[in-house]
Amino acid sequence: MSVAGINVLVDETRARMAQAQAPLLSVRNVSAYYGSIRALKGVDIDVNEGEIVALIGANGAGKSTLMMTIFGQPQAREGTITFAGQDITRLPTHEIARLNLAQSPEGRRIFSRMTVRENLQMGAAVNGGRHFAEDLERMCTLFPRLKERIDQRGGTMSGGEQQMLAIARALMSRPRLLMLDEPSLGLAPLVVKQIFSTVRELNRTEGLTVFIVEQNAYHALKLAHRGYVMVTGAVTMSGTGQALLDDPQVKAAYLEGGQH
Amino acid sequence: MAQGSTIGQVAPTVAPRSTAALPALLKDAALFALVTLGLAIPVVAYRTDLGQGTGLVLTGRWGLVASLCLAIFVLRLAQRLVLAEVSRRRDARILAGVAAPPVAVRPARILGPLTLAIALTLPFLAAFGSGGLSEGRYWIDLGILILTYVMLGWGLNIVVGLAGLLDLGYVAFYAVGAYSYALLSTVFGLSFWICLPLSGLFAAAFGILLGFPVLRLRGDYLAIVTLAFGEIIRLVLINWTDFSGGSAGVSSIPRVNFFGVPFAAGEGGFAALFGLSFNPMHRVVFLYYLILVLALITNLVTLRMRRLPLGRAWEALREDEIACRSLGIDTTITKLTAFALGAMFAGFAGSFFAVRQGFVSPESFNFLESAIILAIVVLGGMGSQIGVAIAAIAMVGAPELLRNLGFLRAVFGEGFDPNEYRLLLFGLAMVGMMVWRPRGLISERTPSVRLAGRKS
Ligand SMILES: Nc1ncnc2c1ncn2[C@@H]1O[C@H](COP(=O)(O)OP(=O)(O)OP(=O)(O)O)[C@@H](O)[C@H]1O
Ligand SMILES: [Mg+2]
Repeated sequence: MSVAGINVLVDETRARMAQAQAPLLSVRNVSAYYGSIRALKGVDIDVNEGEIVALIGANGAGKSTLMMTIFGQPQAREGTITFAGQDITRLPTHEIARLNLAQSPEGRRIFSRMTVRENLQMGAAVNGGRHFAEDLERMCTLFPRLKERIDQRGGTMSGGEQQMLAIARALMSRPRLLMLDEPSLGLAPLVVKQIFSTVRELNRTEGLTVFIVEQNAYHALKLAHRGYVMVTGAVTMSGTGQALLDDPQVKAAYLEGGQH
Repeated sequence: MAQGSTIGQVAPTVAPRSTAALPALLKDAALFALVTLGLAIPVVAYRTDLGQGTGLVLTGRWGLVASLCLAIFVLRLAQRLVLAEVSRRRDARILAGVAAPPVAVRPARILGPLTLAIALTLPFLAAFGSGGLSEGRYWIDLGILILTYVMLGWGLNIVVGLAGLLDLGYVAFYAVGAYSYALLSTVFGLSFWICLPLSGLFAAAFGILLGFPVLRLRGDYLAIVTLAFGEIIRLVLINWTDFSGGSAGVSSIPRVNFFGVPFAAGEGGFAALFGLSFNPMHRVVFLYYLILVLALITNLVTLRMRRLPLGRAWEALREDEIACRSLGIDTTITKLTAFALGAMFAGFAGSFFAVRQGFVSPESFNFLESAIILAIVVLGGMGSQIGVAIAAIAMVGAPELLRNLGFLRAVFGEGFDPNEYRLLLFGLAMVGMMVWRPRGLISERTPSVRLAGRKS
């Protein structure tokens, strides 16, 4: 049996085992509003420990809103969100961020006048900078490009480098759940591949749970164990990554134009 | 992942020398001079003086107009020739994606120690330069004034430069500090050394008081509310006569003493204690060193804070508030501490102001003061410590210097009072700054951490 084959087996076993326990993150019947506009309409999503879960959907479907709602900004008006058994629906954003879940937000939101190292220090703020040196070393191994540019200002880095920095910054808090909003946005295919393979590696070697929002449906579903499809604020479809990739509706709506 | 390292490594080609030919430059400068002429004719060319009877007499000042046009012509030419080249090089460097090389170019390296050395020895320099302590008083007083603004600039820099919260009412905290000492000492007879920390605490409390309602505001909205806050404090001080003495202010505030020893002639005074002959200048020199120490404390605290998580959180807050929150930073605490700490230093400076003047009144704390302090921070380069110090010297010292520029009379004729042109020159300097150094005198932000052993 090839290494890849064993990996698939490991993944499947892990996914099955995880499903037996309570999910790490569970979003139940959540609705969120911008003023009177209902951006999320009773969303249900589960992310199990050790899984990579992808959320795909058209522009304006509410994917980023869901990610931000999990982070309490805007807060869910209806429904509940639990993380690791704790109800986080009403917690303020900064307290949620201290609970072993981290995000790389839409648009990266790098601190542009601060250096790469300072950005990473901000990522480590929740654990008070303990094991900072060790984690910094780890990020430099994961993203060698960051090591080269450790004292460069965040804002002067290229888009791909900034994305790596955003992910690394999120990882500095040693999260159990990493949430990524469109990490492939505006990046060259090669860089996208690189970033996705890093994410897969983290999942395999360290059991990091990943929730990823993507426009790039093909790559995201290839990467993910399971996926959800969101249309105008509601989840319309879910299944394993492969099943969604093979689904004719998903194919027609999100994979048109070949395999990117 | 190895293949990734080749991406984006191609060095961008630096734009070729784009300085235009000399005739074009001359034409451009001439155009500027022409515009100046047009502007100068209605504004500068004629002066009206009271004549013998009731009528006004027009005096032509064409020499002045000609000098102005010439000055603009030369300045414009200089800008195009020299400064364009400088900024082109800087742009090229930015294009190449490298931070400014950490070589001797970094002005803070030399300027900082130099400024500090001058500041430490100023009373002696003044005494030797003018031939005696009393003769050097003018320079020491000027030094005290400048240092007060340096301290205020550094204090406001925490709020505006680091945390990015635009505060137009900073002078309110200065006022709180000044009145704290003025009232505590005159009403309760407390000594300056007890009141100094208390003033800081009161001002910090007011900082938090202001901070709470404006937590959710940013930018223009924040600026307007803080502006109003500054005015409220001033108006309360004017109108609450029973408490603050109204617009008459508080007078006969006790003078500073040397940690309990008064600066007085005779037995038990400072001079007698140290076996010196009595000189009223001792008190002034002591005040100078007091404000120098206070300012340096402000600077050291700021520098230290920048290396601490809280200080880094301030800077991150300035960059992106949403990202801050999602990294677990409590933005409420972060903002309030910035307001409180900034206000505290203004409070210290305020109580120093009160003990130095021996008199405070609301008119010392009007909006113009806030504007000057803010201008110092902005001109200094928003976050650069040495930049703020230099800007304070320029903003406070330059008008003083102008007072003494007698030789200009030789150029512009008798009756020319340089003082009348202070604000004009001030405005010109501001415009010049915005053209040539739009991000402040020292715009380079020094990282709070750096790799110890950098290669290359
Ligand atoms: N701050 C806001 N105020 C008002 N409406 C908003 C706000 N943010 C998002 N919306 C609206 O909510 C809806 C969902 O937006 P959201 O950003 O979640 O979409 P998305 O699925 O992430 O899209 P994309 O793939 O383009 O990023 C959109 O109709 C958008 O206009
Ligand atoms: Mg989005």
